[in-house]
Amino acid sequence: MAMEKMSIAKALNESLRKALDTDPKVLIMGEDVGKLGGVFRITDGLQKDFGEGRVIDTPLAESGIVGTAIGLALRGYRPVVEIQFDGFVFPAYDQIVTQLAKMHARSLGKIKLPVVVRIPYGGGIGAVEHHSESPEALFAHVAGLKVVSPSNASDAYWMMQQAVQSDDPVIFFEPKRRYWDKGEVDTESIPGGLHRASVARTGTDLTLVAYGPMVKVCLEAAAAAQEEGKSVEVVDLRSMSPIDFDAIQASVEKTRRLVVVHEAPVFYGSGAEIAARITERCFYHLEAPVLRVGGYHVPYPPARLEDEYLPGLDRVLDAVDRSLAY
Amino acid sequence: MTVESTAAARKPRRSSKRTSAAKTPAKTPGTSGPELVQLLTPEGERVEHPDYSIDLSADELRALYRDMVLTRRFDAEATALQRQGELGLWASLLGQEAAQIGSGRALRDDDYVFPTYREHGVAWCRGVDPTNLLGMFRGVNHGGWDPNTNNFHLYTIVIGSQTLHATGYAMGVAKDGADSAVIAYFGDGASSQGDVAEAFTFSAVYNAPVVFFCQNNQWAISEPTEKQTRVPLYQRAQGFGFPGVRVDGNDVLACLAVTRSALERARRGEGPTLVEAFTYRMGAHTTSDDPTKYRADEERASWEAKDPILRLRTYLENEGAADEAFFTGLDEESETLGKRVREAVRSMPQPDRMAIFDHAYADGSALVDEERAQFAAYQASFAEEGK
Repeated sequence: MAMEKMSIAKALNESLRKALDTDPKVLIMGEDVGKLGGVFRITDGLQKDFGEGRVIDTPLAESGIVGTAIGLALRGYRPVVEIQFDGFVFPAYDQIVTQLAKMHARSLGKIKLPVVVRIPYGGGIGAVEHHSESPEALFAHVAGLKVVSPSNASDAYWMMQQAVQSDDPVIFFEPKRRYWDKGEVDTESIPGGLHRASVARTGTDLTLVAYGPMVKVCLEAAAAAQEEGKSVEVVDLRSMSPIDFDAIQASVEKTRRLVVVHEAPVFYGSGAEIAARITERCFYHLEAPVLRVGGYHVPYPPARLEDEYLPGLDRVLDAVDRSLAY
Repeated sequence: MTVESTAAARKPRRSSKRTSAAKTPAKTPGTSGPELVQLLTPEGERVEHPDYSIDLSADELRALYRDMVLTRRFDAEATALQRQGELGLWASLLGQEAAQIGSGRALRDDDYVFPTYREHGVAWCRGVDPTNLLGMFRGVNHGGWDPNTNNFHLYTIVIGSQTLHATGYAMGVAKDGADSAVIAYFGDGASSQGDVAEAFTFSAVYNAPVVFFCQNNQWAISEPTEKQTRVPLYQRAQGFGFPGVRVDGNDVLACLAVTRSALERARRGEGPTLVEAFTYRMGAHTTSDDPTKYRADEERASWEAKDPILRLRTYLENEGAADEAFFTGLDEESETLGKRVREAVRSMPQPDRMAIFDHAYADGSALVDEERAQFAAYQASFAEEGK
């Protein structure tokens, strides 16, 4: 056992360090990832220890970053690229969707593209435009990509290890407002599969499903509900593609009520997929329609209004009450 | 990129946009460039160039001629097969044989090629069976060959994307300490894509051993080169910090010499080169468009006089490097190839319907597994009904 308390940011840094150390084919690429260590310091100190050939500062061109990472992967490397902020991924969206996602299938399995695209995402840090978005559904919708997001330090550490080892491209969404949250990490024993959901809190009256930054909000909501005598289970999805529907189903068959919570707009969001599938799977178990809590169908608002936009404790509890009222 | 850098990068771009371009007459840039490396004139006369000498044996000359003739025959067969409804689409290379065979024969086996969707001649040079190129156009697969068998990547439809893959691959070659090179093919239309500019930037910054081979065939579907650029394309390289050279794309000797030189430069660790092969697409962009709607007959006629195959034939005959038996033998070989291609296309098996679920993911996916099972059950329900 090597238990250590560390922030999510530190856990990611340690995980990347381990990946670089273990496999000489692993590369880190991105804007400012070298000397600066990334704008969030996730790659802090890695270039110093592994050199400019392994931790590569790139030109400011997102399509170029992902496109050259594809080429490096074709040559046998395992690039982990950093997109500096969520809203900056779109210049690379073409390379990710038309090339990265499809090359394995169109080569009939001859080509493997073990590329990890790290994206610090989501709001809550008072940032300017294009620095607070949650575009995960746009990637989860694309076959060939795997899409994950850790919510705690241990998952950050292990999911990054698993993402780097995956032969499929993984879009790795990092909840930037949780970077500094600390948690216990056992750096020796692997907790679970990359795409397995976990029950973050057990309960019997209602299930909350969330991932990334919203898991903490849901845990707080469950604690508040407990004070009102309601037993709320929280499922941390961890993977948005594929989705561990079995885990959600097991929870819903027990609690008979489901509320899905995410920061991204509700419209066409992950919650819609979860609500539809769980309704198909658990129709006769459900006591209430599956409810969703998330962002509105508007551009991400200016920072002074983001608290109105982002699901908080009260909005989650309101949905819990609505569900229980059926 | 950061917010600060975004603002800094965008400002001057906007302000400089209007000033330079507005009053320049819309003459076709790139059609009257000063430098055009040529070793064989349209009349089939051998000329010298101070920077690109080449000395080929009669055998080698005949081999180049054979490559071009067979590639043209294959291309003609594919066009015919499309017209007969056997292929959904075909992108003909007619007129671009010299650019492709010349550059393709400059490559070493350990070099890696990133093509567009029209590099049938390059594929030929790499030893990819031409019938494998037709699967995508018939709709039975998206590729049809293992890219690593011949170091020839799958065709790329989204234009310009592959220039970045080539650059990344070349970065990997350099990291491995290998002395092979990489070549990326693209067209004059793709030169407008951001990915091509980004590939130029990355390759220059990392000194990647990559050759950018632009076949400027004058037309991007219906848009002429002047809709893509106001300067000759080869001159773009200068702004990125590496050499650009324009070669007569209908001159197989010049294409071979220039590409060989650029590849050697890459191998020596001196970084990328942009080669603009100045050529002409004699047919349509693909079998879906009608070039008579957007370009004049006289233009095509003027390029017919520069035909890459005819000029080498004239040279071979004048030099006594090929006799009648060679040409007759080649005609027979062409017909055999055409027949083989025709039969191969018609006998391509319908893919297994369950194959749509194969290879979506390398590591598998629970979702795909679930949908595969649903689809299989659905199909099985028909079988049961039939009993």
